[in-house]
Amino acid sequence: MNEFWEAKVRLQWAELGESYDVVIIGGGGHGLATAYNLAVHHGITNVAVIEKDYIGGGNSGRNTAVIRSNYGKPEPVRFYQRSVELYRQLESETERWVMHDERGLWWLAHTEAGRRQERARAEINRAFGADTTFVEPEEIERGIPGINMDANGEFPITGGSFHAGGATARHDRVNWAFAEGAMRAGVTIVQGVTVEGLMMDGDRVVGVRTDRGNVAAGTVVGAVGGHATTIASMAGVRLPIRTHPLQAFVTNHYERTFDAIVASNDLGFYLSQTARGEILGGSHIDPQPSYSRRSGHDFMSEISRRVIALFPFMGRLRVLRQWTGICDMSPDYSPIMGLTPAPGFLITTGWGTWGFKAIPASGEAMAQLIATGATPELIEPFSIDRFANDRTLADRGSSGTH
Amino acid sequence: MALRIPCPTCGERAIDEWVHGEIINVPAEITDPDRRDLDRGYFHNNTEGVVEEAWFHLYGCRRWISLRRDTRTDTFL
Ligand SMILES: Cc1cc2nc3c(=O)[nH]c(=O)nc-3n(C[C@H](O)[C@H](O)[C@H](O)COP(=O)(O)OP(=O)(O)OC[C@H]3O[C@@H](n4cnc5c(N)ncnc54)[C@H](O)[C@@H]3O)c2cc1C
Ligand SMILES: [Zn+2]
Repeated sequence: MNEFWEAKVRLQWAELGESYDVVIIGGGGHGLATAYNLAVHHGITNVAVIEKDYIGGGNSGRNTAVIRSNYGKPEPVRFYQRSVELYRQLESETERWVMHDERGLWWLAHTEAGRRQERARAEINRAFGADTTFVEPEEIERGIPGINMDANGEFPITGGSFHAGGATARHDRVNWAFAEGAMRAGVTIVQGVTVEGLMMDGDRVVGVRTDRGNVAAGTVVGAVGGHATTIASMAGVRLPIRTHPLQAFVTNHYERTFDAIVASNDLGFYLSQTARGEILGGSHIDPQPSYSRRSGHDFMSEISRRVIALFPFMGRLRVLRQWTGICDMSPDYSPIMGLTPAPGFLITTGWGTWGFKAIPASGEAMAQLIATGATPELIEPFSIDRFANDRTLADRGSSGTH
Repeated sequence: MALRIPCPTCGERAIDEWVHGEIINVPAEITDPDRRDLDRGYFHNNTEGVVEEAWFHLYGCRRWISLRRDTRTDTFL
């Protein structure tokens, strides 16, 4: 599909009613994809998505859009691989061009330990269905245009891995595609309505209180990104989440093709080129827990130094824009999905700096859980119980930045 | 954003000089000792509003200080 024959996105807005089978709080990618799957694949259409700002105005419209499944543990590799596959089908599924572009992702190592880690990543990825191979420095030099292999002696490249499934998609279009499909199937989506509390019957969540009145619900889903703790606390549920800002930037248009998606853990950044030719980059979260979305110059100066060491051409580009989202960071860098101790209240969080790639698979699984009442096997490892059961999934090296 | 942290000894300094320390408050309602340990280890208040927190001035006077900050705006009170 291409932009010449696609029609304008048709978003059919409706008024918020008084009662639904399912109320989803938060019109980010996760909330919208859950609503879409409920309505389109399970015939559950009496659903409302309540968004306080505008759909995709949270992290789902602020991310750097990297899609990949090259994680470091079996459970996440399987889960994200499902999402990589669903992203491949998303354009035919929704009949919308989301600019999905599978061009592969290079993950660089700069030490002997890093080299061993990339070898291990390739092995575990292949064992659980993700297409990743270990690569030598020579292949990296051939594959990535403009790379400075010894990074001025500071960060010499010792090897890496190439993840063929690495891709990007236009984040807004992904959000709109799910929203449009959900609306067409009968889901009510409202913007500019804030959930201020939950309606409780004992421990049970039976609806939401908004600044436009109460809405009763059979099931309430918290899909509010960085605000997860605040929403869950309304149901008396505590979360292992800390909210941290994450910043990103784009440069002006770079006239040469930079086809690679490149990530480096040791250097703590990743880059790709957008369809407009801009170079898009990001780094680590800000150190302080915060809900502020103000960007800062310290981030730009710090990341620029490291980026230019590896890619000298970046020194000649200019920063066009810089922005911030607030990320729901889990202690093991894995998502938290599914049932909570409060009956009637489900959560999808712990998406931190890595949840854009997960939108199709998490929407599919959350809808399945709501429709059947049983947690799908694919997301069972990500339940909130894992902290009490000593089954955390620490995978920082795979999730830390994007 | 580029937080600057007011040190009573050294003056206002950029966040890169500091280590953030969360002051852990396990809610009193949690009474079971195992549950309290679990909460202390993994769960957070993650307050959207005013927090009391500790900061260690690692690359300065090397003292812990405690400050109040509004996490919605990143302003110190
Ligand atoms: C700079 C940056 C770069 C990133 N890069 C990547 C990447 O390359 N790859 C990747 O996979 N992930 C990336 N991520 C992470 C990804 O963006 C998120 O994990 C994902 O978008 C989370 O989606 P969500 O639907 O859970 O949350 P959000 O998109 O944040 O949506 C939550 C919505 O809930 C609404 N809301 C909150 N409180 C209320 C309330 N009380 N009432 C009503 N509505 C409410 C908010 O307004 C918001 O629209 C990045 C994130 C950032 C910030
Ligand atoms: Zn000091």
